[in-house]
Amino acid sequence: MQEVRLPNTPGADPARLPLRTAAAVRLGNMSSKLSQKMGLGAGGMIGGRVALRLDPQALAHLTSGRSVALVTGTNGKTTSTMMLSRAMSFLGEVATNHGGANMPDGHVTALSKQPDAPYAVLEVDEGYFPEVVRAASPAVAVLLNLSRDQLDRVGEVRTIEKSLRTALSSVTGVVVANCDDIMVTSAARDSANVVWVATGTGWHNDAASCPRCGDPIRWEGAEHWQCTGCDLARPRPHWVTGDGYLVAPNGMKVELSLRLPGKFNQANAVMATAAAAALGVPVEEAVQRLRGVSNVAGRYRTIQRSGHRARLLLSKNPAGWSETLTVVREADHPAVLVINAHEADGRDLSWLWDVPFERMRGRQVIASGERATDLAVRLTYAEVEHTIVPDPLLAIDAMPPGPVEVIANYTAFRDLNARAAQ
Amino acid sequence: MSTNKVQIALVLPDLLGTYGDFGNAVVLEKRMTWRGIPAEIVSVKFGEPVPNSCDIYVVGGGEDTAQTLAVRHLREHPGMQHAAARGAVILGVCAGIQIFGESFTRADQVTHPGLGLIDSTSHAGGSRAIGEVIATPADGLFEGLLTGFENHQGRTVLGPSARPLAHVKVGTGNDGSVEGAVQGRILCTYLHGPVLPRNPQIADLLIEWATGAKPAPLDLPDVTRLRTERAKAAGVSL
Repeated sequence: MQEVRLPNTPGADPARLPLRTAAAVRLGNMSSKLSQKMGLGAGGMIGGRVALRLDPQALAHLTSGRSVALVTGTNGKTTSTMMLSRAMSFLGEVATNHGGANMPDGHVTALSKQPDAPYAVLEVDEGYFPEVVRAASPAVAVLLNLSRDQLDRVGEVRTIEKSLRTALSSVTGVVVANCDDIMVTSAARDSANVVWVATGTGWHNDAASCPRCGDPIRWEGAEHWQCTGCDLARPRPHWVTGDGYLVAPNGMKVELSLRLPGKFNQANAVMATAAAAALGVPVEEAVQRLRGVSNVAGRYRTIQRSGHRARLLLSKNPAGWSETLTVVREADHPAVLVINAHEADGRDLSWLWDVPFERMRGRQVIASGERATDLAVRLTYAEVEHTIVPDPLLAIDAMPPGPVEVIANYTAFRDLNARAAQ
Repeated sequence: MSTNKVQIALVLPDLLGTYGDFGNAVVLEKRMTWRGIPAEIVSVKFGEPVPNSCDIYVVGGGEDTAQTLAVRHLREHPGMQHAAARGAVILGVCAGIQIFGESFTRADQVTHPGLGLIDSTSHAGGSRAIGEVIATPADGLFEGLLTGFENHQGRTVLGPSARPLAHVKVGTGNDGSVEGAVQGRILCTYLHGPVLPRNPQIADLLIEWATGAKPAPLDLPDVTRLRTERAKAAGVSL
């Protein structure tokens, strides 16, 4: 692994930005504040949209002189971005787009708000990743996992893998990649400096055939995999995720003790630690800082309502739901499952049939959300007893008092979170 | 039938399972077992031989690469084609309709030979058809409307031996006018959703073909409610 040279410039000082970018950033920031004041939005994107319209090179100019880390993948982007920005705060001020505004307008907004931060951690939508890599020349790029997600909007996994492969091969910094994910391994393998992390997580249902040559992938035991037709195989990991701990490249074992639940958050934590270490953060310092993350844009938080303690969990696609259903298995609490199908969710709900809802048998379940009926049919065939209450808050109210697990997909979660905050 | 259970082969779910089409096999299995007809799903994965002894074969949708690999695999292991020759029931969804035909031509203008199970050819259309579909039955094949979600670039032209499954009211289907194909006991459609949870009458038609008897009525209120909702969303009353 090659050491990454850190920039010694103090950050993207507005005085040093090209005149056009500086003007674009000022007008953009004004739009964000105006948008917030008028109650139009959180101001996470509008400022960036205005700035990018005025200066299409704004992202390149705003990242120039900073040490930038990019985080992409299907699941865990927001959490890992928050963990990595916490870990990197050891080095200095970090600009970041926490909150999930993960397209270039969101990046420009975040960077404009913290023009002096010498470090930036940006969550990047998979589709925009090549464009952002070109503009930001990242010191570190983190690729978490790749699986089916919103096929009508995002496109098919193999197409995404190929575009990420091309983008990552041009990254001169360090690429931190999950070697337990076949698609990720293929996407990252051609890069010059790859740090491989064994996360113990990966969705294998989209990778029966090799993304490089098409031949079947063969598994040897639960860990090792290799293609039967070409030389694509699981690389030897530098970092290993254990049950509640990590093992660093030098063999040091560090307890994670995360506040966030689930195996996939342990994977996110180890990916973030490996990325922070590539930028020079000592491992214990990184873990100590990221372990405090407990609430990621409202996710995992518990709300009190009508005698209920409802834990809000976000899951957007089959891999995410599968992991979350494992987390809620730890206790036998009643569950409200909330499904919408707006453009941001994907309008095709076929994916509900890829989620192992059979695991919810014997539990009290309410199907909720605008597409509660689609879910109810899935639950019927999974032989999970349920009722339908389309409004998720009323669904929580309808449960017996006590703990309730609420799992919602993207817009359902966003709307519920906003209403719960009122 | 090689066992006393109706065997449903789920064909290459790891290649052609991109759109939840696994659900079609589940619906067939449950609709039989709930009525006292023993049934089981036999999953046939990439790299494994395809048995010729199953009663129903279910083939789902997949990406272009996966589709090419699936055709190669099904040619090397022609169990399903042998079963078709003796009258087994086959459901082909999306990629299924394309690979079952005589040939399919991709956007790059390369023509690939199909399995020749139905009299049709497919080619890439100008734009991707994405959205809710409502269609009415062709030749009284089934009752009620056909509802589903389509997401495909292919367009399909049927030859004289194949007949359409339905006439498109909303959406694109094969060509903007008809949807799906039926030839003998092979039924194809572009519709996901998946198609059988949304259309229990089609599931029961396949069960009738496989068992030789019309299955008893099965009232699932959630399914009825879903059909009404989806038709309404597409601007059609059921």
